[in-house]
Amino acid sequence: MEIGVLALQGSFHEHQSILEKLGAQVVQVRLPHDLDGLDGLIIPGGESTTIGKLAVDFGLLEPLQHFGKEHAIWGTCAGSIFLSKDAHRQQPLLGLMDIQVERNAFGRQVDSFEIDLEIPVLQSVSNKKPIFHSIFIRAPLIEKVGKNVEILAKLPNEKVVAARQGRLLATSFHPELTEDTRFHQYFLEVVQ
Amino acid sequence: MGAEEKGTFKLKVGLAQMLKGGVIMDVVTPEHAKIAEEAGAVAVMALERVPADIRAQGGVARMSDPELILKIMDTVSIPVMAKARIGHFVEAQILEALGIDYIDESEVLTPADEEHHINKHVFKVPFVCGCRNLGEALRRIGEGAAMIRTKGEAGTGDVVEAVRHARRVLGDIRKLQNLPEEEVMAFAKELGAPYELLLETRKLGRLPVVNFAAGGIATPADAALMMQLGVDGVFVGSGIFKSGDPAKRAAAIVKATTHYNDPKILAEISRNLGEPMVGRQVSDIPEDKLIADRGW
Repeated sequence: MEIGVLALQGSFHEHQSILEKLGAQVVQVRLPHDLDGLDGLIIPGGESTTIGKLAVDFGLLEPLQHFGKEHAIWGTCAGSIFLSKDAHRQQPLLGLMDIQVERNAFGRQVDSFEIDLEIPVLQSVSNKKPIFHSIFIRAPLIEKVGKNVEILAKLPNEKVVAARQGRLLATSFHPELTEDTRFHQYFLEVVQ
Repeated sequence: MGAEEKGTFKLKVGLAQMLKGGVIMDVVTPEHAKIAEEAGAVAVMALERVPADIRAQGGVARMSDPELILKIMDTVSIPVMAKARIGHFVEAQILEALGIDYIDESEVLTPADEEHHINKHVFKVPFVCGCRNLGEALRRIGEGAAMIRTKGEAGTGDVVEAVRHARRVLGDIRKLQNLPEEEVMAFAKELGAPYELLLETRKLGRLPVVNFAAGGIATPADAALMMQLGVDGVFVGSGIFKSGDPAKRAAAIVKATTHYNDPKILAEISRNLGEPMVGRQVSDIPEDKLIADRGW
């Protein structure tokens, strides 16, 4: 299986090393032709304004939108913002997922946090109890989801932090910063 | 489900990981900060004077006015960093109280302590520190730094020192990886590096935290050079706002940091950027005026 990681900026090496551990072939995507032949794509954490600007400058916006209509894409943190259709401010977005996000919803870096969350869909890849250690860094929240969007995880206060629409996934947190490969395994299942 | 934890080392290093492949730009006004954000900066460093002016004007360089830092924090949505003097833990406490995202304990400011750096473990906010070699990098990490950058020679527009420091750090790591384990302790002694961190670095084959380049980067080619040498991202200080067309140069350096391995793209984005900052050759600077020698 050939999986791309959008390598404009951010935690793309971290995603790459987990995918390789799981046996996937990984391609770093910086230009539109890098998408050719890929089975799925991860948009990493980073700064969503930087990733959006570089995607526009190098003609990636439309190819990514086109790719997402036929393939699986998973966005973590900044990647989830980039996938959304509304982030409450003017910045380039793919608009592929029917979700509205709020950037920096928890505040600044001193408000970043780690927490164990229950993510029931992870039971499809492992018999372990579906508790996942989730890392939120200046994270966004998924404020509103459209009717075709499935909610995958919530914080104890019921705020949505992971969602799926068809073969598109969005997480406010960073599975790529942990040693736990279950979320990546789940994504590879979605790709297949 | 567990309780949430804040201010952990994982979270401190994690923010730096989100900055990888990006450009952090020095800004002295909210207007500069806006230009930097629009050009694609991953973060800005809020300060009163860029290093080239600190160098030219002399005097004691201190933490910036909190009013300026707060205004810059209000202007942009990307992370905002600010500098504290080496060893000045109260400046760091003030910056933390402002809600700054990262503190640079920086040799660019006049050191407040000529023997000790800040104990960075006791802060919730993460720190970045400068280094010239692996020993210095690991001493700073030992004190709690969650991100490392080369010192280079700030405010010169001369990339030679950043290259020297990056080569030394990365070269020391290559050397370390070839040592049998029983020789690591003597190497730790030679470098003045904490032994446990040296072992960890040997196992990882890289620093245990994110490693950026800083000090003298002035062109897209400089940024790509540092990336090809193996750093994770770049800081640009005076190089942008001391140049003829800051917005254009800033955007070009951002693109170069992403496409650092593609000479055709680098050629395209290096065209027509206007005047670069007027540089100052590091070898012409008297030794007692070198900033990189500050830090212990």
